[in-house]
Amino acid sequence: MNLPRFVRALLAPALLSAAAHAADFAPAIIYDMGGKFDKSFNQSASDGTTKFKQDTGIEVREFEVTNAAQREQAMTRFAQRGSQIIVAIGFSQASAVEAAAKKFPHVKFAIIDGTVNLPNVQSINFRENESSFLCGMAAALASKTGKVGFVGGMDIPLIRKFALGYADGAKFVNPSVEVYQNMTGTTAAAWNDPTKGSELAKSQIGRGADVIFHASGNTGGGVMQAAKDAGKLSIGCDSNQNYIHPGSVLTSAVKRVDVAVYQTIMDAKNGTWKGGPIVLGLADQGVDYALDEFNRKLITPAMEAKLNQAKADIISGKLKVAESKAP
Amino acid sequence: MELYTLIVLTLAATMRVATPLLLAAIAGMFSERSGVVDLGLEGKMLGAAFAAAAVSAATGSAWAGLGAGIGVSVLLALVIAFATVTQRGNQVVAAMAVNIMVAGLGPTLALAWFNLGGQTPQLDGPGQRFTALVWPGADAAGQHPFPGLLYAQLLSGHNLLVYVAAALVPLSAWVLFRTRFGLRLRAVGENPSAVDTAGISVTGLRYQAIVISGVLCGVAGTYLSTAASAGFTRDMTAGKGYLALAALIFGKWKPYPTLGACLLFAFTDALASRLQGVDLPVVGVIPVQAILALPYVLTVLLLAGFVGKAVAPAAIGVPYAKEK
Repeated sequence: MNLPRFVRALLAPALLSAAAHAADFAPAIIYDMGGKFDKSFNQSASDGTTKFKQDTGIEVREFEVTNAAQREQAMTRFAQRGSQIIVAIGFSQASAVEAAAKKFPHVKFAIIDGTVNLPNVQSINFRENESSFLCGMAAALASKTGKVGFVGGMDIPLIRKFALGYADGAKFVNPSVEVYQNMTGTTAAAWNDPTKGSELAKSQIGRGADVIFHASGNTGGGVMQAAKDAGKLSIGCDSNQNYIHPGSVLTSAVKRVDVAVYQTIMDAKNGTWKGGPIVLGLADQGVDYALDEFNRKLITPAMEAKLNQAKADIISGKLKVAESKAP
Repeated sequence: MELYTLIVLTLAATMRVATPLLLAAIAGMFSERSGVVDLGLEGKMLGAAFAAAAVSAATGSAWAGLGAGIGVSVLLALVIAFATVTQRGNQVVAAMAVNIMVAGLGPTLALAWFNLGGQTPQLDGPGQRFTALVWPGADAAGQHPFPGLLYAQLLSGHNLLVYVAAALVPLSAWVLFRTRFGLRLRAVGENPSAVDTAGISVTGLRYQAIVISGVLCGVAGTYLSTAASAGFTRDMTAGKGYLALAALIFGKWKPYPTLGACLLFAFTDALASRLQGVDLPVVGVIPVQAILALPYVLTVLLLAGFVGKAVAPAAIGVPYAKEK
């Protein structure tokens, strides 16, 4: 990514306001607190918009929120400037999307990780429990101590879903495995606190964990660093994070936010866009575990066979992965 | 046994978490004892954190990063000193201006230089960070619960800056209360006119105090970005500067009580990280929300109930003007 283009992308919302005509297709995307370069969730969305730009040459207006009040303002501004589709990244934008979608019924909205029941909103959710299940299996198979860890970002049902899938997956291969779970916090700041992430990971390592899975956006940088410093393994989240510390990242629970973002913008451009809920799981290749040259040596053929078997069983419905704890 | 290990590990984490707080609180102590309110701790730390990570990423040396961190922090301190001591401006306003400026400037420069969205590159090359120093025999000693584990986890296994911070407590106590410089520094915070009458430069002393504060904040910021984590991220101080100021007031502007306050804040934080999901005897598993609220609840309780009157230096916050 070269500098001038990058700067243009950042300034796009301001500069394009005057230039955009109603006829021009001007999609917009609003990232959440972790920031566009969190190497995880938001960055995956950013990859989707970059691909769209490359494929079509159409600029995507971007906005990174730094406090909660900006969400609805940004949506309103984009809508007023004639964006036909506005993609909101992250569950915490749901109420802002709902308000903005009611105000602008002719503008298309899409929300990732949230549900808004309006005709002009596409609610895209993922079956994170399925990819987390596979990562839990990988963790338990790779663990020598029989103890594995999980560090979540903000304590919300979505992250609980990750944690549950992970724990179930770990117990699926080793019923006696111990799973330590920590949440970083209860506010949005928990997505961007690598120091705390590192502290939580160190505490789990101190208790014997040797594989730690994070689902915590930018906070995960600290988790993965702590695991690497201690010579343990970590598991990345949302984006494929295997490359960050080659040889120390066991795998990543990939969530194809990039594909979802690309698809919804593309559909809007081509006129095939429809509102309503979309749920993407292993079967739709919306989630997966990552295997590439950076973790090839960590995943043994035996592990890979087991993981792929479980994956096939989940897709065929033979193996059921719970989404939430039974009440 | 599990409980014992948990306690030792929590104490070790307490030391790591307390380090930046302690460095910043001692920095604030020098400045405030000389009569200058040091709200700029946050900004100086953040500036140093950015400079240290940026320089360490560019040069590959954590020591160069430390130098840059201290340099930037001192520079910011001098800006505050010029505004408040030389120009007799409002100390709170000047410090807040620096805090806000740094909060924006760090990510902006990082964006321009590294193109990573306001972060610096990950520091993982050899020598780019201050990593844990393992003392001789610590690994072997760690196998034995007592006293081996205490040695392995509490004494050994921290990075250099943690030990520096620990050594600073007796050192600053000695400087402030046993040296001529310390006496003058305290006097200038209580009664600058008297110091002036004795023929000692109030401006000079306050500048010295502010520069010392800058150096220590520089170390604190460097710790955050090159020791505790591996790189600079936006707002990475996360209010630690203000927390340090609270610890300073809590510790009544004295080194050892301030150390105690920093350790307490850090302990509650470390405890909150570790108690999550742990099955405690008697009470069982405590809900996450209750645990995350623990540091705040404990702080309020302690501040309300157990700390006596805290008396600030008499001349704090008042710019000194020589009578004509």
